[in-house]
Amino acid sequence: MKFSPIRRSLLALVLAPALAAGFVGSAQAQTTLLNVSYDPTRELYQEFNPQFAKHWKSQTGEDVTIKQSHGGAGKQARAVIDGLEADVVTLALAYDIDAIAEKTGKIPTDWQKRLAHNSSPYTSTIVFLVRKGNPKGIKDWGDLVKPGVEVITPNPKTSGGARWNYLAAWGYALKQPGGNEQTAQAFVTQLLKHVPVLDSGARGSTNTFVQRGIGDVLLAWENEAFLSINELGPDKFEIVVPSISILAEPPVTVVDGVAKKRGTEKVAQAYLEYLYSPVGQKLAAKHYYRPVKPEHADPADVARFPKVDLITIEDLGGWQAAQKEHFADGGVFDQIYAR
Amino acid sequence: MAGATTLRLGAAADFGQTRFEARAATRETPLVKWLILGTALTFFAVFLLMPLIAVFVEALRKGWETYVTALVDPDALSALRLTLIAAAIALPLNLVFGVCAAWAIAKFEFRGKHFLITLIDLPFSVSPVIAGLIYVLVFGAQGWFGPWLAEHDIRIIFAVPGIVLATVFVTFPFIARELIPLMQAQGKEEEEAAVVLGANGLQTFWHVTLPNIKWGLLYGVILTNARAMGEFGAVSVVSGHIRGQTNTLPLHVEILYNEYQFAAAFAVASLLALLALVTLGIKTWIEHRAAAAYRDSQDDAS
Repeated sequence: MKFSPIRRSLLALVLAPALAAGFVGSAQAQTTLLNVSYDPTRELYQEFNPQFAKHWKSQTGEDVTIKQSHGGAGKQARAVIDGLEADVVTLALAYDIDAIAEKTGKIPTDWQKRLAHNSSPYTSTIVFLVRKGNPKGIKDWGDLVKPGVEVITPNPKTSGGARWNYLAAWGYALKQPGGNEQTAQAFVTQLLKHVPVLDSGARGSTNTFVQRGIGDVLLAWENEAFLSINELGPDKFEIVVPSISILAEPPVTVVDGVAKKRGTEKVAQAYLEYLYSPVGQKLAAKHYYRPVKPEHADPADVARFPKVDLITIEDLGGWQAAQKEHFADGGVFDQIYAR
Repeated sequence: MAGATTLRLGAAADFGQTRFEARAATRETPLVKWLILGTALTFFAVFLLMPLIAVFVEALRKGWETYVTALVDPDALSALRLTLIAAAIALPLNLVFGVCAAWAIAKFEFRGKHFLITLIDLPFSVSPVIAGLIYVLVFGAQGWFGPWLAEHDIRIIFAVPGIVLATVFVTFPFIARELIPLMQAQGKEEEEAAVVLGANGLQTFWHVTLPNIKWGLLYGVILTNARAMGEFGAVSVVSGHIRGQTNTLPLHVEILYNEYQFAAAFAVASLLALLALVTLGIKTWIEHRAAAAYRDSQDDAS
């Protein structure tokens, strides 16, 4: 039997799946929650999750493990629609949760009224991140369309942050003297011509800007901008606050359909409510989100947030209208970007 | 892509090489020779060697401690486990399928044979992202079987089965493509002789066919394994990116990179690179053995 070792190993290979299957099966036992979130919340939930687990243990004596999934908000919503079993979603904007509610029926359509402050335990806004010393002299939205300025922003089709960026620019143009829909569209068209690359999520864009050194200005979540400076050095970047920006409300909700099936309704609800607690609010502010109850946060953290003139999504007709007009197939973004 | 995967039985070629260079008519001037050689080597150094070295340098930038911490992190271990599970399931499936397909194509004549050969190549010609999307469209909650699967509480997409399916799909052709030319070249005579001497089907396969194809088969297995462990696109689409649950090693690298944990990202990447180097080592060894076996069989024949 000259060849038998090889034949034996081939046989072992064929039998391997049975073993592997057993391996997978034994992995699950205790209560887990899956929080499907958008890109820049990684650090916040990394710190918040163990705090909640501790809180839940002291309240009920039960152990709970929270699993995280991150990505562009639109992409993440799509995954939940396609069957990713999220107990809670914490996404970048209300429309993405609306989409889940509409397409799957696993969330009631009035979900945004279930928790305080439009179900957003923290808010943020859109600011500019520029290279140290601001070599291109960028001070406001108008400077973004000057010749030779390269702007980095993700793709509004897949990224929630990008939609806030786009609408903030739109809102700025509307608020200029003589501003109307036409001038706003002209401005945003101009702006998109200065974008060399559209990443699919906010974190991808941040990496394009800070790691790969592409572009002169990054349109970013305020928290993402702070984080970049914090992680990669204040000697490299600085934040520029424009004259007008948008109040970004990243909402959270329980995916009832999934939670009911998995028996996690109570813990999922408690998880989201804990975001509004002093602990949650403090952590939000620490990770550069503007807390809805600033009295619970560290005053030093709150002091970091500059005062900005903020328009709201309601000023632009609400998310349903904005989504339909700008980001749906054939909407204004498609028309602009096809050109 | 498929062309690069054929096993080289190159003992005779080396001999031809020497003769080729010894003759004035076919010899290039030294300048041309060194120019071509230099270009190839520079290209190799810049595009292959440098990134490989960079991975290890970056991984160890913050010292061994960070490196080891990144590798024994529970999420990294879970990613490693999932990667190994996916490979461990994809390999045997493709092994059985590859041998069956190659056997059928090389030894039998049937209608639609060429169509089957073309079909086997499909995963090579389709973008991995599409491969992932196919499974989302078929097994996703909004897909063909989605409602039925949900009713019976079977999870395929965004769970381990989906990752295994995507891996099987992208590694589908390797073994079959490796074996078909080999088995076709060997013909059916030895099997016919075995049958005439009274061997049954299984005996013929075990004692005649398998020994003949074993090096090619192992080579295919190695390639399949390399691709299974390294696949990103297709797996990314069906994974759902749940940390510690549905992340494979390549996806874990992306996550770490996105979280500004660059040293950790490169540490895990270096683990993948190491796996690749080991694979390459085994591959070279198999090529060497296969060439030796080929020479032996030529000697026997003459």
